[in-house]
Amino acid sequence: MQDLTTLTLTAAKAGLAAKDFTAVELTQAHLGAMARHRDLNAFVTETADKAMAMAQASDRRLAKGEGGLLEGLPIAIKDLFCTEGVLTTAGSHILDGFVPPYESTVSRKLWEAGAVCLGKTNLDEFAMGSSNMTSYHKGVRNPWTRKGENAALVPGGSSGGSAAAVAARLCLGATGTDTGGSIRQPAAFTGTVGIKPTYGRCSRLGIVAFASSLDQAGPMARTVEDCALMLEAMAGFDPLDATSADLPVPAWSKGLSGDVQGLRIGIPKEYRMEGMDGRIEALWQEGADWLRARGAETVEVSLPHTKYALPVYYIIAPAEASSNLARYDGMRFGLRVEGRNLRETYEKTRAAGFGDEVKRRILIGTYVLSAGYYDAYYLKAQKVRRLIKEDFDRAFGQVDAILAPATPTAAFRGGEKMDDPVAMYLNDVFTVPVNLAGLPALSVPAGLSGDGLPLGLQVIGKAWDEATVLNVGRAIENAAGFGLLPYGLGEAA
Amino acid sequence: MGYEIQGNTGVWEIVVGLEVHAQVTSNAKLFSGAATAYGAAPNAQVSPVDAGMPGQLPVLNGYCVEQAVRTGLGLKAEINRESVFERKNYFYPDLPAGYQISQYAHPIVGKGELTLDMPDGTTRGIGITRLHLEMDAGKSLHNQQDDATLIDLNRSGVALMEIVSEPDIRTPEEAVLYMRKLRSILRYLGTCDGNMEEGSLRCDANVSVRKKGDAGFGTRCEIKNVNSMRFVARAIEYEARRQVELIEGGGTVDQETRLFDAQKGETRSMRSKEEAHDYRYFPDPDLLPVVLDEAFIERIAAGLPELPDAKKARYMEAYGLGPYDAGVLVADRTTGDYFEAVAAGRDGKQAANWVINDLFGSLGKAGIALENSPVGPAALGQLLDLLNAQTINGRTAKDVFALMFETGRDPDRIVEERGLRQVTDAGAIEAEVDRVIAANPGQVETYKKNPKVIGWFTGQVMKATGGKANPGGVQQILKAKLPPVEG
Repeated sequence: MQDLTTLTLTAAKAGLAAKDFTAVELTQAHLGAMARHRDLNAFVTETADKAMAMAQASDRRLAKGEGGLLEGLPIAIKDLFCTEGVLTTAGSHILDGFVPPYESTVSRKLWEAGAVCLGKTNLDEFAMGSSNMTSYHKGVRNPWTRKGENAALVPGGSSGGSAAAVAARLCLGATGTDTGGSIRQPAAFTGTVGIKPTYGRCSRLGIVAFASSLDQAGPMARTVEDCALMLEAMAGFDPLDATSADLPVPAWSKGLSGDVQGLRIGIPKEYRMEGMDGRIEALWQEGADWLRARGAETVEVSLPHTKYALPVYYIIAPAEASSNLARYDGMRFGLRVEGRNLRETYEKTRAAGFGDEVKRRILIGTYVLSAGYYDAYYLKAQKVRRLIKEDFDRAFGQVDAILAPATPTAAFRGGEKMDDPVAMYLNDVFTVPVNLAGLPALSVPAGLSGDGLPLGLQVIGKAWDEATVLNVGRAIENAAGFGLLPYGLGEAA
Repeated sequence: MGYEIQGNTGVWEIVVGLEVHAQVTSNAKLFSGAATAYGAAPNAQVSPVDAGMPGQLPVLNGYCVEQAVRTGLGLKAEINRESVFERKNYFYPDLPAGYQISQYAHPIVGKGELTLDMPDGTTRGIGITRLHLEMDAGKSLHNQQDDATLIDLNRSGVALMEIVSEPDIRTPEEAVLYMRKLRSILRYLGTCDGNMEEGSLRCDANVSVRKKGDAGFGTRCEIKNVNSMRFVARAIEYEARRQVELIEGGGTVDQETRLFDAQKGETRSMRSKEEAHDYRYFPDPDLLPVVLDEAFIERIAAGLPELPDAKKARYMEAYGLGPYDAGVLVADRTTGDYFEAVAAGRDGKQAANWVINDLFGSLGKAGIALENSPVGPAALGQLLDLLNAQTINGRTAKDVFALMFETGRDPDRIVEERGLRQVTDAGAIEAEVDRVIAANPGQVETYKKNPKVIGWFTGQVMKATGGKANPGGVQQILKAKLPPVEG
């Protein structure tokens, strides 16, 4: 029998429908792969028993001809989503032993659609990072390595565990969250597809908050179609999230033709950066050529405030984070380090519970909100954020979607940027503006770097127009014919 | 009504502004569906949102918004079409999320005015600066266990309206009148039950002093925890005197937060301006700005009840009451309703006198609330009808009222059973008069020199008729039958 882990989500769905195999078999295959690839450290918690019970229930429903959109399909959940009765860590020491008595809306919708939970994937602590190196549970290894090398590379972050698990065929798909690129950058680093939908498309209820005005959940999978299918199950209005949009959820997976005939595609001139990997620039060109060859028109557009996006992001996101993370005080859940008095208990708990990157951002955020600095930093950043959004509004007056690189480089080694936070922050330069504007954007693998690592192209769309984003992504996917496996997995498969 | 503090260096006056926290009458909290009933077991009314659990999100309770708008309209205030919830950040165990959601730069209600009804019948306007919505924090229980502080989160997330006055108050009495009037309006509107013992209505006072005649303001202190009507005046008086003594002693008032100790009747420093928190307010990204449309505001305005000021004007106009009596009767809705039921179709002034003097006097003495009065408005009305039809006289009416209050029975039955009907049979009264005159020749002689003695004769006749005669009629007959007055 074929290795069921090599199937796409969509193919596995068809296989279950055709009774080629059972959900239990499909789940067992993935649990086996997880066990073989623990060296990747992709999972914080594996939920094998839960997975088997869910798979058996799915098989019963499938046998009766029932079942939801994702019935019997094993997936993984980023450990930022609260899961009822299952340890939820957010990659932090401070949430030690935290087992939520509630389920996040997104994961609940996935279970209601019949998906099977394999476990909780590793991530940068509180989703703060672009490498997965800030996780309290140690970094995730990218299943990809440079050609001829065996050195471990990062899978990107913060949804690095999800990206690695999808790339290494440990699950058919996984949830991610994207605050400044945390779905798209790891997708690009691991040769997988990830989409950050429009802000408000997926409920944030039950997702451990990093920066509330930027956080958005999305799917990560091996094809654009798989992402579309998964997003259908995840998205939708939630009256318990005031920022969730009361809009119908389109059947994105059904409308995926890859036909871009007559579409106008914007090429933002400000995304051509000094010091950008030449191969990435060439791939970007190639992407534009592919779309033109399929009948699209490419147009140069200007997003003049792009250069301010990174500084604006690193004011707004830490500001919100400094407040969102105040609740981790050792009083009600998670880690508590006793001091001689209340103040000392706070200090010791938070000193021991948070890692360096989280502390850095809490300090930055506290600073920019402080009396005397608020106007110069936070308020100014909010004004520039509006200008960035207006840049996109203007561009989308001319074009249907924007094509850009996903990242300025391919995956790097674990230690490479850890000593220089600013170099690390630069990784988000192409992804952050989209979060500030609240737009949908997708990263799709389009080629390899000079040393054989996957590179992604990013498609950015108008608010609520995930359909076009996915369709353009599908066109690039078809043209690129990526379909490559990480080195080392070929033999395993 | 001036209030002056005579210092060593001259005369001082006080400047007071009040910040009132009024708990919104609502079954659910401001940002969660948890219940708000008073007196539940600790932590029995806490949702994951109220406990600041990871990933939990606040969702605004629309009814609380409606209540805030209703209150704003009742205070004749501007309703802001757009308002913003912000986070006020500080660490404390009874604040689980590490921030309180409040309104800061953009409150839901702007400037308004509250009218004080002064004891001399005049009125005085006190400016309202703003009203904003915010969530309450939980409660720290320090005395339940020796080695620990316990936290009760039942109050965490309960909706409060913070109502801030302009520094227009000039006497401790005005501060009390302000609190009473505000509570009266809130109760009329049904937006806060005004129960200070249960903490539904709490008051902080900003107090400063200045030399009489000065236009500028002195440095103010914020007095926290002024949580009964009695303490409002006491705390202000104490604090003002403290400030005057401090300044006259060569010191300066530090801007600080002080706590009122009700037992000692004094204020003491909680934290100085330097120790004040930097709350790092910023708009809460979990909540959208509150945008109100005209139809929403108009619908609430259309449903407002008649408020005390309008009712007072109507009582003065329709019943001919003076401002003081009218003010007393409108102070709360049940009093006004009671009065109007008694006054319907009767003499309003007479009804007001009976309600204010006889009924309130008896209720006050017995410590009974109007809602539980043994004498209902219908029965009191019947009593007035008996009086006005001269079925009973004024004195009998007072006695009947006392019996009604004691037994809760109808005046008709009391009058019938006890045979208290006024004696209107002129022949019977004349016979009694003749008998009294005949029996008291000495008093008749005295009367000739001192006509005031007619009062004594009247008393004798009344006594003989068991108080049922009409005293005016008795006097007329006496005058006719007694010999003429000499000189």
